[in-house]
Amino acid sequence: MLNSLTVTRALEALRNKEISAVELTQACLDQIENLNPRINAFLAINDLAISEAKKADIHKPLGGIPIAVKDNFLTMGLTTTAASKVLDGYQPVYESTVTQKLRDAGAIIIGKTNMDAWAHGSSTETSDFGPTRNPWNTENLPGGSSGGSAAAVVADMCLAAIGSETAGSIRQPAAWCGVTGYKPTYGRVSRYGVIAMASSTDSPGPITKTVADSALLLSIIAGHDQFDATTSPKPVPNYDLSKPKRLRIAFPKEYLEVIQPNIKIQILAAVKKLEELGHSVEETSLIHPKYSIGVYTIVQRSEVSSNLARYDGIRFGHDRSFFGAEAKRRIMLGTYALSSGYYDQYYAKAQKVRTLIINDFKTAFSKYDLIIDPPSPSTALKIGATQNESMFGEMQDILVEPSSIAGLTGISIPCGFADGLPIGFGFIGSQFSEELVLQVSHQFQEITDYHLQKPKI
Amino acid sequence: MPLSRAKYQSVQPVPTGSDYQRKIGSSCAKLGIMDVIAVAKLANLSVTPEEQKLLGLQFSETLKTVNLINELDTSEILPTSQVTGLTNIFREDIIDTARILPPPQENQGFFVVPAIFK
Amino acid sequence: MNYLPVIGFEIHVELKTNSKMFCGCPANHFGSPPNTQTCPVCLGLPGALPVPNAKAIEGCIKLGLALGCQINRESKFDRKNYFYPDLPKGYQISQYDQPFCYGGQFELADGKVIRITRVHMEEDTGKLQHINGITLVDFNRSGVPLVEIVTEPDFENTDQVTEFLKEVQQIVRDLDISTADMEKGSMRLEANISIRPEGQKDLPNYKVEVKNVNSFRFIRKSIEFEISRQTKLLQSGEIPLQETRGFSESKGETVSQRRKEGSSDYRYFPEPDIPPFILAQGYIDQISKSLPELTRQKRKSLVKEYGLNPDIAYILCSDIDMYTKFIQSVKSQPDLASKIANNIVNNKSAQSIQYDQFIDNTIIEKVLKENYRTILDYKSGKQTALFFLLGQVKKQLPTADPNLIKQTLIDKLRQ
Repeated sequence: MLNSLTVTRALEALRNKEISAVELTQACLDQIENLNPRINAFLAINDLAISEAKKADIHKPLGGIPIAVKDNFLTMGLTTTAASKVLDGYQPVYESTVTQKLRDAGAIIIGKTNMDAWAHGSSTETSDFGPTRNPWNTENLPGGSSGGSAAAVVADMCLAAIGSETAGSIRQPAAWCGVTGYKPTYGRVSRYGVIAMASSTDSPGPITKTVADSALLLSIIAGHDQFDATTSPKPVPNYDLSKPKRLRIAFPKEYLEVIQPNIKIQILAAVKKLEELGHSVEETSLIHPKYSIGVYTIVQRSEVSSNLARYDGIRFGHDRSFFGAEAKRRIMLGTYALSSGYYDQYYAKAQKVRTLIINDFKTAFSKYDLIIDPPSPSTALKIGATQNESMFGEMQDILVEPSSIAGLTGISIPCGFADGLPIGFGFIGSQFSEELVLQVSHQFQEITDYHLQKPKI
Repeated sequence: MPLSRAKYQSVQPVPTGSDYQRKIGSSCAKLGIMDVIAVAKLANLSVTPEEQKLLGLQFSETLKTVNLINELDTSEILPTSQVTGLTNIFREDIIDTARILPPPQENQGFFVVPAIFK
Repeated sequence: MNYLPVIGFEIHVELKTNSKMFCGCPANHFGSPPNTQTCPVCLGLPGALPVPNAKAIEGCIKLGLALGCQINRESKFDRKNYFYPDLPKGYQISQYDQPFCYGGQFELADGKVIRITRVHMEEDTGKLQHINGITLVDFNRSGVPLVEIVTEPDFENTDQVTEFLKEVQQIVRDLDISTADMEKGSMRLEANISIRPEGQKDLPNYKVEVKNVNSFRFIRKSIEFEISRQTKLLQSGEIPLQETRGFSESKGETVSQRRKEGSSDYRYFPEPDIPPFILAQGYIDQISKSLPELTRQKRKSLVKEYGLNPDIAYILCSDIDMYTKFIQSVKSQPDLASKIANNIVNNKSAQSIQYDQFIDNTIIEKVLKENYRTILDYKSGKQTALFFLLGQVKKQLPTADPNLIKQTLIDKLRQ
């Protein structure tokens, strides 16, 4: 089945004329038609996909490759809603830098994927357009907020997808869906044209079937952008995936503590594999991630409260009465944390603890090359798990909040199963250490096949 | 832009006019019982009485978790709002017509504010 | 009980950069059809991000330096959050606790020093129009660079106010960073006015803000009205309401606009989309060196170097042609500086005619000697005698400046 190819393999097949871009795209569209009613991964499909495929230039870096894009990226010609009724039917009037780069590289944006409304969550259950279901078990959640993208990739509804991570929103759904999710260093990929959630941590990134695909997509979407003042001027390397030298890898005991018993075995087995590959893994101690929850909640909700102020229905979209419960909750907590009398106690304090966390990582990375960071304490939870939880997302993301707050880079790769649901393993690296993280992860995928497993839907 | 990341002295505290002074919250507000109605007004959101009650409870829960951060000593620590380490990012004063958008098609090019604001 | 005014100002100056503060849309919006100079950034569309204009920041620092300010080596932008239809993002990117400039001083003619609290950078809002119960918004002005000057409440009377405002306007124009035109709105004023009993050092416990006044004359009038209104209230035992007022030209009075309930809660926090600034001393020095000679500096040096009357110096410096003419003419005859200055000033309307500024004194002496009777007539009060003598000198010095001849004659006749 053509839609089950990886990007790397498909490019080869296209250039060898084994397949055509139209066939490839049609295969994905057929899969979407077949599965989307059950999975609800897509909010919008590109009805020009086939005509774009006909004109595809297969010599371009992503020529003819169907890619799904999370619905918080502005795409001209395709509605962009951030899965919120406030933006129901919204037609963007400009293109995000990331999707422009994909288009320039010849990719076909096959559709926009479901997400937690405004990216406020770790389940995709808070979407105003219904939850996405986990292809491994449709009674379960796919994770979030890039749940639609992760589900679309593992269900072969596309060859790869783009997501965004504020704290876990790429890595956690990748873990729950059994795919590879890459969170670039903050500032590595442009946020211009991405509906802002927490401006100081939002990081667009790829969700793919393999690390090799991840590296390719990253090399295309990364880079300095004159329209985003927080992007790094550092040149983007070609992300060479050759074998890394012998690495010193740390496993924070505070992270291991948080991981649930039923997945601990596979996590530790993955650690063993790293040692088999010749790396050393040592226990270390970091500031307990429970403090990151507080920092992240305050900083994110404060920035959210400000970023969502522009949605007033005057220039575009619907008015503020269309905000869902989760959005309202976050806007209000953020407003409160910034308000007079509380700023020092909450926001200012959170930004100081943020410095502590950043310094803690700096110390760790002076001794270690990478830190092990499984993105989720558990496997995918059941649909409905977020009901009446006032902090579901922030609690779920305990393991990824520290690295997100510090603007580091990280990955989630499949490392096993528990009760038929995927388990995610992961690393974090210091800022701009993408190549190293990708190399070790690629190494891991060369000796395992968890990432090749597909659900029976 | 001829700016360098020169060594700088610590910034003098800026004398502020009265409008620029933040009122410091009292230490009694540790658990922060939130005035949901006041916050909703500031946030330009409307909340029903049921929502008010629920939100009040939820915020108390959230603030309990958040308040953990006060266990850490940050007395000698400066806040971080920018993790990139970048400074002095500017653009040249050049007109860029490529991003200019067309005006609204109705109302002679004006946007209309739907409700009459107070 | 005698009450004295306590007045402070917030002045907004619209910079005449090519492009807006955070995007490349044209900054000059005067007369352009609505919403034809907008982009995702200044319209506050989803996903748009700000990138600061280097020239605008330079302009702000120039103004701060010209007002005697310190420049903050570490500075940043902050978000000022509030909801209003003319504010597309629901926040204004401004500066809170680390403005580019702070702690300046401005000395007035009477020696009074006005403390400049801060000079900072921010972006302008769109324009609202209320017609038939609906509100129309034009965002062409949204995002235009604004420099805000805040003074301490140091003004004691309207003369000081008028002088200061005119000086600031002149400085801004000298620096060529804005047209500083009150009618066009490129210079806007907000006065904070209160009064306190004579001898009281503490600031009053209220203040009234007066805004949307677009001329120096009306600001003066509104301050005078406010002082009178507030005095009456205090004298009858009432504290004036803390509020915002406008000025009604037809009534010649200030009128209430809306209550100013303490400070609004703007929930300032550092702008996460714009990295902070660390300004090198070299950069600041470079800007400092590039400052042109300000008009007030020119006036001072004319008085000092040429002994000119300050009022004459003021007029000369208010017009570039007059000033240039003076500087050129006075080169060869520095001792005639005052005369030359007077003539230029009096001859303002006849500037197109180029007169010699040199009078051959021997001719004057000759004419006087030959017209002894006319001198007697003049000394007995006949002004026409002067004109006769003037005519006689002009015959022999046809290209000489008639005003200068007249002045020279008057001086000589006095002896």
